Amino acid sequence: MKIAVLLKMVPDLVEELEVDSTGKALDTEELKFKLNEFDDHALEEALLLGGEEDEVVALALEGEGNEKLLFTALAKGASRAVQLTGVQPGGSGEQATAFAAALAESSFDLILTGVQSVDDREGQLGPLLAARMGLPCVSVVTGVSVTDGGATVNKEYSGGVMAEFEVTLPAVLGIQSAQQPPRYAPVSKVRQMQQTATIESLTVGGAGGGAESEVTAMAPPEVGASAKMLDDAAALLEVLRGEGVA
Amino acid sequence: MSGVLVVCEHLSGEFADITFELLALANSLGAGDVSAVTFGSMAGKASELGSAACVIDAGCEDEYNPESYAAAVSTAVDAHSPDLILIGSTSMGMDIAAPVAAAHGLPLVAYCTTVEATNGGFACSSSLYGGKLGVSSQVSSPAVAMVLPGSCDGDAGRVAGSPAVNELAIPESAGKVRFNRLIEPEAGDVDITQSGVLVAIGRGIGSKDDIELVAELAELLDADLACSRPIVDAGWMEKSRQVGKSGFKVKPRVYIALGISGAPEHIEGMKNSATIIAINSDEDAPIFDVAHYGLTEDLFDVCEELVEELE
Repeated sequence: MKIAVLLKMVPDLVEELEVDSTGKALDTEELKFKLNEFDDHALEEALLLGGEEDEVVALALEGEGNEKLLFTALAKGASRAVQLTGVQPGGSGEQATAFAAALAESSFDLILTGVQSVDDREGQLGPLLAARMGLPCVSVVTGVSVTDGGATVNKEYSGGVMAEFEVTLPAVLGIQSAQQPPRYAPVSKVRQMQQTATIESLTVGGAGGGAESEVTAMAPPEVGASAKMLDDAAALLEVLRGEGVA
Repeated sequence: MSGVLVVCEHLSGEFADITFELLALANSLGAGDVSAVTFGSMAGKASELGSAACVIDAGCEDEYNPESYAAAVSTAVDAHSPDLILIGSTSMGMDIAAPVAAAHGLPLVAYCTTVEATNGGFACSSSLYGGKLGVSSQVSSPAVAMVLPGSCDGDAGRVAGSPAVNELAIPESAGKVRFNRLIEPEAGDVDITQSGVLVAIGRGIGSKDDIELVAELAELLDADLACSRPIVDAGWMEKSRQVGKSGFKVKPRVYIALGISGAPEHIEGMKNSATIIAINSDEDAPIFDVAHYGLTEDLFDVCEELVEELE
């Protein structure tokens, strides 16, 4: 079985986010990026599914930090890592078009990616990709097991309710969480990969992403009746006593 | 050749709240007649969708199916050529929006909190970056918008009436996705939807061992412990204690959020709590936008001091 995992860097939300001088985009100067946490779960699920006979291929678009990202995927156990070049960074629609072009050339059984990312204004990569490739897709998946020619997946609804589906392969799955927490790759092992392993390069055409929308402004959300800010724990205790819980 | 198409959601024979929220939004736009697409036997409950001018009965099985429901919505778009298609930014909506947009070459805007009709199109505002930024977009008509649950007043869309019901002839499904069964949540040791006071922890807790201190505080406050999704994904707490989109919707008397940034997925599950108290070291954390009281301090310092005082 051949499994593709699509990985993407996103702004680290722990850092302060600032809007650039155009007022329409993030100021990337000071921005720190990290692997989209859901993609980390997708990679983990792929590694859990992949046995010795199987191939797990990590793919990422060219971009800052993405080489390290791919070396980390190799350190975690991915069989191969591929960086897609020749693509202008754009929204999730363009990303989906680029990944679709890259994946069309290989015959993957399963394509896993994170269910969403913090910046996918144009929709989620998984279903956008599936639509371009004409493949079935299930989003918000928390468990995958592979059967003969198909996969059994659990999809999360709300309130802890899940639905189990059978999906004919090949298919795209948007992973919400892997069946166990994503594994950790020690820095030493990532360094070793950087020295010994190779990241393959694949040039894909800069095809457009189809109909798009235009960003007109970006700003912190307007706050309605915001919180009354307290000075210290003593003030908090007063509030708790006022609410009758302390 | 106009109007707004609302994709209804249901579970276990009842329309989901998002259905009425989308209807309320659709009616507020002044962008023509509102049609509502229903699935399975839900057209039989068309009288609950009185704020729609017409109900499109898309057939399909009662149980949601990503493939057949998306194909049915696509067929409805073909038949009605709406200017705007409103879909929930939900587990189901995620499967449907992209294939419908792709099939018709329409622009898609996700995570919308507001949508307004403008000259020749729509202005949308999306909540991105974990709720830390609002991004405004302009799309030309026709377009697909995915709307975050809780963005609109569902009560305004909950109008009884007798909309016309039109049956839609849908093509046979490709059958590549097949529904097996619903899996109800395993009962945990506590039902957090019934708790009067909840102490909820998020990513800010940092390590599993530190949960103990918060548990101590919860006990002193006679509260139950809850958490946001990353804590469950890390395997530190049971799913039965998860608050949010894929967890439980709670409305305790007092909700104390410790180290929870307040991503839209979490806010969806707790914003109806009577009193919300948020403690987070990041003063820009979106949780402070819904909290009634806030404290920007290290959560461990606060917990230790409270535990000391309460003991």
